[in-house]
Amino acid sequence: MAAIYILWLREVKRYLRSRPQIIASLAQPLLYLLVLGFGLGPVFQSSGQGSYIQFIGPGVIAMGILFTSIFSGIGLLWDRQFGFLKETLVAPVPRLQIMAGRTLGGATIAMIQGTLVLIVCMIAGFRPQSLAAIPMALMFMALTAIVFAALGTAIGSTLKDMQGFQLIMNFMVMPIFFLSGALFPLSNLPTALTIATRLDPMAYGVDGLRAAFIGLSQIGVATDVIVLTVVATLFLVMGARAFARIQI
Amino acid sequence: MIHVENLVKTFGEVKAVDGVSFDVAKGEIFAFLGPNGAGKTTTIQMLTTLQRPTSGAMRLDGLDPVTNQLEARRTFGIVFQDPSLDSELTAYENMELHGVLYHVPRRVRTERIELLLKLFELWERKNSYVKTFSGGMKRRLEIARGLLHTPKILFLDEPTLGLDPQSRNQLWTHVKHLNETEGVTVFLTTHYMDEAERVSHRIAIIDHGKIVSVGTAQELKERTGEDSLEAAFLKLTGSTIRDERADAADQMRQMVRMWRR
Repeated sequence: MAAIYILWLREVKRYLRSRPQIIASLAQPLLYLLVLGFGLGPVFQSSGQGSYIQFIGPGVIAMGILFTSIFSGIGLLWDRQFGFLKETLVAPVPRLQIMAGRTLGGATIAMIQGTLVLIVCMIAGFRPQSLAAIPMALMFMALTAIVFAALGTAIGSTLKDMQGFQLIMNFMVMPIFFLSGALFPLSNLPTALTIATRLDPMAYGVDGLRAAFIGLSQIGVATDVIVLTVVATLFLVMGARAFARIQI
Repeated sequence: MIHVENLVKTFGEVKAVDGVSFDVAKGEIFAFLGPNGAGKTTTIQMLTTLQRPTSGAMRLDGLDPVTNQLEARRTFGIVFQDPSLDSELTAYENMELHGVLYHVPRRVRTERIELLLKLFELWERKNSYVKTFSGGMKRRLEIARGLLHTPKILFLDEPTLGLDPQSRNQLWTHVKHLNETEGVTVFLTTHYMDEAERVSHRIAIIDHGKIVSVGTAQELKERTGEDSLEAAFLKLTGSTIRDERADAADQMRQMVRMWRR
């Protein structure tokens, strides 16, 4: 337990000490919120869907969580390059605990980042339906954060250098984001696109967050929780296995 | 304490370690000398569970680092050849993290961290981020960290690379002290012949992945008919200059260094 805690603490400390990075990673969700929120707002409104800012608020919060958690996992790659990874790999601690500490740390900072995005969204005019929504929203934020922190760890354990990073970014992270329904409603889509969105774990996170914040769900909260829990377990197992197999 | 038999590691076509066998007794200080790329670091990486051997057998205190990784890891401590600190943490935090990972009880941890940071003259900078340290300071911190817990076997992979004579002296004095008082078995690699001769009980010369000679410094000199270890080393390994294999990690580090400028 002490090992999990100290590695969790390391991730959190590193995050809190990189202020410029925190601000930089707020910029992207903010850009989506403001530019798309106000830019597409009138079209969205006139098609009878209500306020677009309200609609994409949960989407950009999930986006902040997605990026922060997946990159924290890929941060493993930096530790490999700068050598710190070796120090943890030869320690007399089961690798499962090391992986757990790192992944929980990544999930925690993604939660903090998601909360910061929420605050920024509220400044920009986003309004949750009620304060009672907060616990449920936090649960979905945590589930989403764990899913993608574990995925990041699995990827970070498999990649050998930064060349693969662009590949992951363009063929994995961006599709996960665009297919999640963060930016558009997942209804009345072509069948192929519907299937693709249903295969995207982030879609369940976004749907759950939207249910909590604005009372709108297209999938169903129970399904969201079940799918996210199953996928989180799966990715944690994958991440742990990939991590245990790392050779320097 | 360390038993290695017919150890082989190949990277594609290259045989980095080619049938190495040796034994290190409990309480012995054993040095591995060899030119760059001879297979010293690869051997240490296999012994310390960081690489899996292609073939051959190894035992650390009777435990197999391939099948019994966790138990094997409990037997040793290591100072790596290349950096392994977290530069975004302070010197003290790096020590603390190591102490927790190696199950050093809190009270002992606090005492030993202070002792070692003072010994290697880093106590005044204990709350500075490691990224602000010079190369020599980082090296000293790595060594202080490696000595924080007392393992049965201590691996030192070119520990004195980039250290000033004062720190080298501190290091070897401390290592000898640990060896004499607590019976720690030491496996070290170095390029400095004088160090090898001063601290180690036995020396193995390794070249092209094979051990070419093993014995005390005296025996090696007698065997080659030379009067210094350096001359004996050159006679055994030849005088051509070697290149090490560069992997993705090395390329990456070079790139990072470029960006930093």
